[in-house]
Amino acid sequence: MNREQALYNYVLRLGDDSLILGQRLAELCGHGPILEEDIALTNISLDLIGQATLFLEYAGSLGGENKSNDDLAFLRLEKEYVNVLLVEQPNGHFGDTIMRQFLFDAFRKPLLENLQNSSDEKLASIAEKALKETKYHLKHSSEWVIRLGDGTEDSHSKIQESLDTLYRYAHELFFTDEIDAYLQEKNIIPELISVKSEWENTVKEVLEMATLSFPDNNWKFEGGRKGRHSEHMGYLLADLQYMQRTYPNMEW
Amino acid sequence: MTENKKDWPLWEVFIRSKQGLNHKHVGSLRAADSDMAVENARDVYTRRMEGISIWVVPSNLITASDPSEEESMFEPAASKVYRHPTFYDVPDGISHM
Repeated sequence: MNREQALYNYVLRLGDDSLILGQRLAELCGHGPILEEDIALTNISLDLIGQATLFLEYAGSLGGENKSNDDLAFLRLEKEYVNVLLVEQPNGHFGDTIMRQFLFDAFRKPLLENLQNSSDEKLASIAEKALKETKYHLKHSSEWVIRLGDGTEDSHSKIQESLDTLYRYAHELFFTDEIDAYLQEKNIIPELISVKSEWENTVKEVLEMATLSFPDNNWKFEGGRKGRHSEHMGYLLADLQYMQRTYPNMEW
Repeated sequence: MTENKKDWPLWEVFIRSKQGLNHKHVGSLRAADSDMAVENARDVYTRRMEGISIWVVPSNLITASDPSEEESMFEPAASKVYRHPTFYDVPDGISHM
């Protein structure tokens, strides 16, 4: 493995996580539970797609094949996407959307904080920009988890169910393989131990305030990082890729 | 609008666009409490870089003048031009007056 190849694979993971979650939230444009939250979710979607643009542009410059960020975003096959399963899960009800966002934001924030110190300058500068947005995303999703959990009986039981379902996908956020090991050794990406402990603290603190309890079962789903996706991914990509597949090279 | 328990309360939003300027009323929105009102105001009213500071005030705490009293409230001022300092000669060389 060489540096460029490892970095390509890693940056693609960051880009795909942002892209797919951004696409999921974009589905809610015009369908938010209230006008104010509709705009908030769409803002977050645009932030994530903006981050994906930067990550995928960088990945494209590393791959050796000179692919554009649009090529990477729109023209890969399902098994070539390496996002975690969590971000491709359907929007469900508002509690599902918020819980998915919270589990992701609580991971992304400490990760980006560490990536700011990357020995790779480009990666560090993208992380710095994305962190400002992500801090707000985490604030937004945390407050909603607390509101819904510590709200009415109905909202409590609904978001507890969201947590039980989605928590099984959280484990994959900390997936590592030889690519991570190589980049960690070169100080390009952080060890995940500190990221994980900060994630655990945030999740624990917010769930406590929300009066929610950790799920009993210990199921752990993974596969996204290796291109093995859930049954929802194909439909998502059909939406995402339709225009470029139907009208190749179209721009606006 | 009639009071409806299912609706969140209404908030008036004030945004300051730059340091040194005053907060200006930009509109209103609904939110369950003041924290949510500030967040919603951020998302609804500052997404095109309109501001650097937000105030929110519950709409029902605002006391307004009565439009039907417009005549007695405001028209008497119309005939009192001497309240504007327009009768002074401004020396040459003084700008921005």
